[in-house]
Amino acid sequence: MAFDALPQPSVKAPKVAAGLIAAAVVLLGVGSYIGLFVAPPEHFMGEVQRIMYVHVPTAWNAMLALTFAFVSALFVAFKQDWKWDARLEAWLEIGVVLSFLLCMQGSIWAKPTWGVWWDWDPRLTTTAVLCFAFVGILALRRFVEDPVKRATWSAVATIVAYVDVPIVYFSVKWWNSLHQTQSTPQTVSSAMVTPLRINAFGILFLMIGLAILRSQLARRKLASEMAAPLPETANVGGVA
Amino acid sequence: MSLPMRSPAPVAPVEHAPLPAPAPIAGPFAQLAAAFRKDLLLSWRSRAQAMAVVVFGATALLLLSFAVGPDAASLRRFAGGFLWVALLFSSTLALAESFRAESEQKAMEGLLLLPANPVSLYYGKALANWLQLLLVGVGLLPILIVLYDPDLTRLPALAGILALGSAALSAPGTLYAGMASQVRAQQVLLPLLLFPLVVPVLLAAVKASSLLLLGDPMGQAGSWALLLAAFNGIYWPLCGLLFSKVIEE
Repeated sequence: MAFDALPQPSVKAPKVAAGLIAAAVVLLGVGSYIGLFVAPPEHFMGEVQRIMYVHVPTAWNAMLALTFAFVSALFVAFKQDWKWDARLEAWLEIGVVLSFLLCMQGSIWAKPTWGVWWDWDPRLTTTAVLCFAFVGILALRRFVEDPVKRATWSAVATIVAYVDVPIVYFSVKWWNSLHQTQSTPQTVSSAMVTPLRINAFGILFLMIGLAILRSQLARRKLASEMAAPLPETANVGGVA
Repeated sequence: MSLPMRSPAPVAPVEHAPLPAPAPIAGPFAQLAAAFRKDLLLSWRSRAQAMAVVVFGATALLLLSFAVGPDAASLRRFAGGFLWVALLFSSTLALAESFRAESEQKAMEGLLLLPANPVSLYYGKALANWLQLLLVGVGLLPILIVLYDPDLTRLPALAGILALGSAALSAPGTLYAGMASQVRAQQVLLPLLLFPLVVPVLLAAVKASSLLLLGDPMGQAGSWALLLAAFNGIYWPLCGLLFSKVIEE
């Protein structure tokens, strides 16, 4: 059995997605308000540190999105189910967008703090490498016309690229290092942790809502691709 | 065997001898060896193409030296990095070439119908690609020595790094070349998929080669070699496992 039943677009899914996105907008609004106006400025970095309230939640969710893409890829490769192919497409795109945003935010923060736009730090470099690796997989999906091959190959490439993440991280870490040491809720004031957590859930809900919509779209595209072709010798307007 | 052009007279139907029993299907290792031999033989027969890959790498080395300028000390410092960039660029040509016959003549389908084991096919091809990339790397060494004038006291260790690094390029490279060969934009797709993936290989190989070419007072080259070995240890089994998904319908 390989890729039998096409999944039908769900009627309920867009409503769930709309609810999640609405919740995300509220959470991000509240979280950003607290982060920008209520939380105290950081002692050494000052106001610049406030970018942390979007940067760190973006980082968590980018990794989560690519992990979801990896799980979807495993299901596509070993269960051969169209539903997971639609999810793979959704999570790949969201993961790429979030990791791109992560690099942008990192650069904006790095310029006033470290004095450079870019640094060859393990987390930064790994994110950039990941971003390129997964953009390559999105390109692969555009180049392959046969839906079965497209699903299987992009799943294979996703598995191969995801396995590379820790290797890239450690190789760059040994190569060069200068990032903030990781903070934990125990080392950070609660006035700073609250907006961080609210924004993290905001981005999480937003990305799940978008993933639902994107995978529904992928299902519809797949259904139109796999539809039986129209008969070639149709008599149009009675002309023989 | 020649068939008669026309039968002289109606004769009684010929009693056909029973067909000989089909030869036993060779074991996976025999299939691997056959695939390996076939790929090397094909490369040997089109050795002008293989030679062109080395020339391409040499051209890259020459052009990269212009990026630095004629300063001997800087050239020596960048020699290890440029060797690997040149080898990486050449590898996309060599890897794509290794699947050209399979996709042009639909030979892969024929091989699978034999039936050949996809895992054996993968390892045969990946080993052949490894050997060819290693030869390209060894072929680039004299040009590197002439252009960049590096320290040559640790040449055997450098050969070891070349072997590990080209193996690490070959394992995922063969998998991706198998995909790319079946796609219209293969020249773009193979580097697009392969280059981000082999960033750790490039980092480790460049570090180790530079240490060997410039002097390694802290004995760090060994740990970079270990990283290359770990990459190989992960990707040789993983790509072998996934290859059947790439070539089977």
